[in-house]
Amino acid sequence: MAIAKKAFVWALFAAGGTVTAFVFPVLILLFVLVSAGMVPENMTREGVLMFAGYWFGKLVLFAVLVLSLWHAAHRMRVVCHDFGIRADAGVARILYLLATIATVITAYLLIRAS
Amino acid sequence: MLRELTCLLVAFYCVLTMIALAAAMDADPQRWSEFILGQQKPAWLVFHVFALVFFTVYQTIAWFRLAPKAMPLQLGDKVVAPGTIVAAHYVAWGVVSLVTLWIAGVF
Repeated sequence: MAIAKKAFVWALFAAGGTVTAFVFPVLILLFVLVSAGMVPENMTREGVLMFAGYWFGKLVLFAVLVLSLWHAAHRMRVVCHDFGIRADAGVARILYLLATIATVITAYLLIRAS
Repeated sequence: MLRELTCLLVAFYCVLTMIALAAAMDADPQRWSEFILGQQKPAWLVFHVFALVFFTVYQTIAWFRLAPKAMPLQLGDKVVAPGTIVAAHYVAWGVVSLVTLWIAGVF
């Protein structure tokens, strides 16, 4: 059970790392464009709702956000360990709880988006 | 260590994207314009540019460099050269980025 759980967390971490490596530069670039006043044409309220309202958009957003969140949680656990926090079980519980909450909120937002 | 710290940026941009989504979904259309206007501050621009460079160097490029070790690929009897695997990642990265920008309406 413990090994299966570890493998599951590791698989999420690896998948999330790959997703962030591919997607986050362009995601951040979109925020660069917005804050530079060059808002991309489809990044209107209607455009965002259309993308998030369509099953394909929902699926992409859910996969990217959830895998990335679990990747971040697992990596933060490593950071805590490297910074000398040795209460790993507690750290893991808090971080994975946060990731679970964020997963539920993401699912809620995307189910409602239309 | 710097590579590990990219997880803070990942969490940050996940939450920012969720906030953007919630702003768009709000019954009041004003919330979306407020979000966009709130982003158009020099401090945000500086932060996003810094995040873009930091993340690309310490996560994307670092992750691609490790890819041949993390998932060595064998086709039949032939082991795919590490350089080919890394190059394939860069090509895929370019495609993902261009498709995303196209969906966002940049071009």
